[in-house]
Amino acid sequence: MSLLDFFRTSKPSTASTAKERLQIIVAERRRQGDALPAYLPQLKNDILQVLAKYVNTDPSMVNITLEHTDDNLSVLELNVTLPDDD
Amino acid sequence: MARIIVVTSGKGGVGKTTSSAAIASGLALQGKKTAVIDFDIGLRNLDLILGCERRVVYDFVNVLNKEATLKQALIKDKRCENLYILPASQTRDKDALTFDGVEAVLTELKEQGFEYIICDSPAGIEHGALMALYFADEAIVTTNPEVSSVRDSDRILGILDAKSRRAEQGLEPVRQHLLLTRYNPQRVVDGEMLSVEDVLEILSIPLLGVIPESSAVLNASNKGVPVVFDSEADAGLAYQDTIARLLGEERPLRFVQAEKKGFLKRLFGG
Repeated sequence: MSLLDFFRTSKPSTASTAKERLQIIVAERRRQGDALPAYLPQLKNDILQVLAKYVNTDPSMVNITLEHTDDNLSVLELNVTLPDDD
Repeated sequence: MARIIVVTSGKGGVGKTTSSAAIASGLALQGKKTAVIDFDIGLRNLDLILGCERRVVYDFVNVLNKEATLKQALIKDKRCENLYILPASQTRDKDALTFDGVEAVLTELKEQGFEYIICDSPAGIEHGALMALYFADEAIVTTNPEVSSVRDSDRILGILDAKSRRAEQGLEPVRQHLLLTRYNPQRVVDGEMLSVEDVLEILSIPLLGVIPESSAVLNASNKGVPVVFDSEADAGLAYQDTIARLLGEERPLRFVQAEKKGFLKRLFGG
């Protein structure tokens, strides 16, 4: 930083911009990096078969997602849309 | 027990071969029996950096194809008693690198009493790069303080965690080390370059060493003498520190602070 620079308007350094951009893409890559367990499609199938005993089923009515949170916790989310009664 | 160490990066031109040559030579200088293998099939260069390009008779692919024995292909280094080089072939034969073939070569090196086997990876994430890292116990991820290199290093870390032998067999994961190369402390101070701390925060793997950007590196490759022999150059000393850390010694980081500028320089810049 020289005397001349002192009078120029200070812009954020390019290095800090680089760091922010990298932190975002690396976090994104690491989230995708956690591969989903191989049993998820089979689990979905089994659930569909159980449901088929009671209602008319369609593969799109069951939605399963697995999410990893920061504190080493995995949340399995299961959404079942039941068909209309008529 | 032999340690198989891959020097990898994803991105090309960050200093994998320079680092492989320096680290392998440095380990051999410390009395460790070391082999260094060039996995860049078709683009052989390690021999040039180590100054043994005119002594190549047989190469890695000849050994894999059983056209030569490992003993015939290994070049004994003229400078270090304990260093042996296995050069890559210059002809492109991408099918030559097989899991069984590479494993057999590594096993034979272990049986011959090698303590360190350094695998110099090609750039990219294609077959050659995957073969170089597959059998590794440890990885030295060579990175420049620059966005594309850091991103590619992160990608390689993901591949080490998913596609290495240790990952596939559920063994203890590949031990990862960061080697930051072409570091310019003055540019860090000026806010133009990511700092050591920045890169560590992004990649979050342990730091093995920081090699300053130095004219000694080009001079060394011009001569075919690995830069680690240049004890007058900061880059040579930084590699010596890196090797000491690899051997378990604790060494403080050097050459990461910018030189103090004089009063006039500070006043007028430059």
